[in-house]
This record gives sequence, C-alpha cells and structure tokens, in this order.
Amino acid sequence: MIGNFPFAVCMILIALGLWTLLTRRNLIKLAIGITLIESGVNLFLVTLGYVRGGVAPIYTYAPPGARMVLPTPQALTLTSIVIGLATTALMLAFAVVIYRHRGTLDAGKIRELRG
Amino acid sequence: MTIGIHVPILAIAVPLLGAFALPIFAKVHRNLRDLWAILVAAFTCAMVVALAVQVFTSGIQLYTLGAASPTATVVQGGFPIRIVLVVDGMSAFMGLITALVGLASLMYAFQFLKEEQGKTLAMTLFFLLWAGMLGMESTGDMFNFFVFLEVTSIAACALVGYRTWESRPPEAAFKTMAMYTVGGLLVLLAVGILYGEYGALNIAYLSSQISGTPLDKVALGLLLGGLLMKAGTVPAHMWAPDAYGEAPAQAAIVLVANTQASLYGLFRVLFTLYGGALSTPAVGWLVTALGTLTLLVAALMAVIQTDLGGLIAYGAVSQIGYMLLGGGVGLTVISSRPDFGLVAMKGGIFHMMNDAATVGLLFLAAGVVKRACGTKDLRALGGLGHDLKWTSGFFFLGALALAGIPPLNGFASKFLIYESSFRLSPILTAIAVLGSILLLAVFVRAFQGAFLGPRLRTVQPAPLGMLIAMGVLAAIILAFGLVPDFFVRHMVTPAAEALWRGRDLYLAAVLGD
Repeated sequence: MIGNFPFAVCMILIALGLWTLLTRRNLIKLAIGITLIESGVNLFLVTLGYVRGGVAPIYTYAPPGARMVLPTPQALTLTSIVIGLATTALMLAFAVVIYRHRGTLDAGKIRELRG
Repeated sequence: MTIGIHVPILAIAVPLLGAFALPIFAKVHRNLRDLWAILVAAFTCAMVVALAVQVFTSGIQLYTLGAASPTATVVQGGFPIRIVLVVDGMSAFMGLITALVGLASLMYAFQFLKEEQGKTLAMTLFFLLWAGMLGMESTGDMFNFFVFLEVTSIAACALVGYRTWESRPPEAAFKTMAMYTVGGLLVLLAVGILYGEYGALNIAYLSSQISGTPLDKVALGLLLGGLLMKAGTVPAHMWAPDAYGEAPAQAAIVLVANTQASLYGLFRVLFTLYGGALSTPAVGWLVTALGTLTLLVAALMAVIQTDLGGLIAYGAVSQIGYMLLGGGVGLTVISSRPDFGLVAMKGGIFHMMNDAATVGLLFLAAGVVKRACGTKDLRALGGLGHDLKWTSGFFFLGALALAGIPPLNGFASKFLIYESSFRLSPILTAIAVLGSILLLAVFVRAFQGAFLGPRLRTVQPAPLGMLIAMGVLAAIILAFGLVPDFFVRHMVTPAAEALWRGRDLYLAAVLGD
C-alpha cells in the first residue's frame, strides 16, 4: 500500500496543475500550472524507474552479480525536463511580450481573441 | 546503394541540420542562406519521395539507429533497447503531404517574408517544424513520438508568435502553447503508464502486449485526449482558429500539416498500438461523434467570421472533422471488417492530402491579400479581383474544392466519406453534407466580398514566386480531382490498408517473426 504513495503524490501534483489552469487567469500562474503538471509527470517517470534491490547501472561501481536497473526512465525524465525548460521559457517570453503590449497579465482582460 | 538504407533517418536529420545551420549561413550572406535552404528542402523532398517509392513498391521500411536489427542487444542475452523508425504506407503518405506542404511554404516564403521582419528566424523555425513532423510520422517508438511532438509544438508556437511587434500573435501563441504543452504532457503520462506496465516503448512490442487492462484504457484515454487537443478538434479547438488566423500565411499552411501529423499519431495509436485489444466499437463511435461535432461546429463558427484569416481557419478546423469522421467510421466497424470501413478510411486519409492542398491554397491566397492591403478584414476589402487576377482565381478554386464541388479533389474524398458513413448511419452523412453546404455559402460570400465588386484601391499583384507556390497547390487540386482513381489506387489504398489490415505486418516487420 505504502509503495503506491509516490504515484498518488504525482497524481495530486498533476491534478493541482490542472486546477490552476482551469481557475487562474494570470498568465504567469498559468505557466506555473503547466510546470506543476510537468513536475508531476517527471516525478511519475522517475518513480517508475525504482526497482527494489536494484543498483544504479554503472558497471565499474556495481558489485558483481547485483541486479542493475534499466536506466530508460531516467533518460526519459532528463529529455522531458529539457523539453519542459524550452516550453516554459517560450511561454514566459510570450507573457513578457503580451505585458509590454497590454500592460496587464490578466487573461480575462487582454483576450480580444475570443474562444 | 549505401545511402538507400539510410533514407528514413536522412529525411529527419537533414532538415534538422538545415534548421540549425541556417542562421550561421545567414550571418555570412543572405544568398548563401537561400541557397542552403533550397538545397536542404530539395534533398529532404527527394528523400521523402524515395522513401515513399520504396514503401509503396516493397513494403514496410525499417531503420534501426545504431544497430543492424531492432532486436540486437549490447551484451549477450541482454535486453534490446533500440530506437527504430518504421515507415509503412500510412507514414509514407503522411511524409508526402508534409513534403508537399513544406515545399509550397518555402517557395512562398522567399518573397512573402521581409528581411527586417525576421525572415531568417521564420525559415529556421520552419525547418525545425518540418523535421519534427517527419519524425512524428516515421518513428516506431512512443517516447520518440512525444519528443518530436514537442519539437513541433515549440517550433509551431514560435512561428505563430514571433512577430512580437504586433499585439495579437503573441497572445494566440501563448494560448496555443498552453494547449500544446498540456496535450503533450498527457501523451507523456500515457507513455509512462505503458512503460510502467510493459517495460518497453516500442510501438510494435507494446501493441503485441496490450491486452485491454484498466491501465491500458487510462493510457488510451490520455493519448486520445492529448492528441485531439493538438489536432484541434471541437472540445479543445479554441487555439486553432487564433493560431491559424494570426500566423503568417507561409506558417499557417505548415500548421495545418502539423495538425494532420497529430491526427496521424491518433490513427497510429488507435489502429496499430491498440489494434489488437480494441474490439469494442465504443471508441470508434466516440471518434466519429467528435469528428461530426467538429465539422458542424467549425462550419457554423465560420459563418459569423468577419476576418478572412479566421474564416479560413474555421474552414480548416472543419476539415479535421471530416478526417476524424472517416477514421472513426473505419474504427467502429473494424472488428467485423465490412468493405465500407475500408472505403471510409480511404476517404479520411485521402482527405488529409486534399485538405493540405486546399486549405494551404486558401491560406496562401489570404496571405497575398494581407500583403497587398495590410488587412484581412472582410468589411474593409473589396474589388481585389481587378488587380489580383491569379490570386482571386486560386482563392475561388480553393473555396470550391474545400466545399467539395465536383470535379475538384475535395469532392473525390468527401464522396468516399459520405457513401461509407451513410452505411453506418445516414445522420452522419446528413451532418457532413450540411457542413459542406455551409462552407460553400461562407466561402462564396467571402470571395464575393473580397475579390468582386468595384475597385476600392489599386494594389500590387503578387510576385512570381508566391504565384508558383500557389500554382503547385492548385495543380494538385486539379490533378487529384480529375483522376482520383489513379491516386487512390497507388497512394491512398496502401496507406489505408496499412491501418486497416497492416497491424500484423507492422508487428512482424519490427519484432521479426
């Protein structure tokens, strides 16, 4: 039961992020919401990589005969973090540009683009 | 023939290299940059066409990065982890669409973009987007699919919003970025769930293992949600009209192709990844219903648009509905495999190519209007046909093709969708025809408002390069409309068969039994 605790934490993080996206109107807070979802997903990937009794797959350090874990989830997480950095940077850059044009970050006030 | 076996990876790697080398060449000289862009585009198109010819003549092409076969292991008896590219009929067909749209966009961009308004930047982003789309369409690995999805998201949003001196493009880009990122993260979560369950990311291996457990269904729901968000179907379509409307014309048509790449991902997931475990028609009905809803809602929204860009954008969204309808009808009946399921698939897939040409032509024509008049507001336009003779002809052709008037290409594919969806439920056909009629009315009104009537102002006609780009798309519209049988038999049928019956071949090609 306690083994599932990390997964529950990831899902709570993702749900919080979605909640932020649905309820907040500030562009920066929207970006924070997306970052929250992203952290939840990354944490989920890292959690998947944990194997009870496994050792890190470094040949020179692992004791002989030990079970080495497959490092795929860690590789996925690293890639995903880099992608997340790019998307967050781009979104914040757009937020800065929007603020310069409109003088506000409130999505409800600046959207002349309806929908 | 050493280059022959490396064609699948070269089709992705060359535009990627092209994107990152372009700014360096631009620092040296503009002409060097243009030469480099032309070389890269020509080489990429040659690779895609060569790949398509290989696939259509000799079957699925498999390319393993860093090894001779996808089952090769690092140590004896180890676990095979390889990045594989799998190109079947559907991937090759999508590759052709992407190459065509990319070529038209680049030809148009040379004279459409102004040097002082970030021409180098826009071209760089275009090549990045192109590489991402080709990667999405040929990868055989779920995580790579996510990575390429995000590459296209970032490049597409930057293309929408790079004109920061105007106020609206960054807003459209922010909205699009938020939707794309959430969609991408849902896909990543699904990929994580599948990895946790089966310990692999390879589409073929996952497909052979998926048995329809509750977790599989959660992953399917997340994948559907994420990819539909990115494809701009109705519950999550809010970003699409803004992004299409605000993006410069040469970027808007690549965005349409990007939407179709997401739709390709959706079909790949539904037919190949979940093809073995999905025997219930419920998912098929869901996709069909979403498609019908999308085409109707978007056509209705197009009626009230006063901006030429927004109008074409809603037209583009409604066409996505037709493709989903075709795929959904096929998916609904796939378990019993009647003939009309395959016809529906052919219609949906053929419509992707037709939509790329038609909507692309309309966006390019609208770009000429914007360039000539500085506005796309229909209330301020009028009588442009006196000066923009070729452009008004192209716009009229595109409008008729979009509405599905025979003998143009839109009719050829929509007719396949009508006749097959009628066999499933006549209501679907009625709604689909209604959507087409609405679009016809809207576009004829827009054509009349913008191009006919007394001359309001004298404008410069479009330069030759832009006309050639539009001419290429117009030629496709006419060719596909006049001899649809030829293209359906040689290009669309292999693509539809690859999804309809090709799952076993796909699995056998990768897993090697």
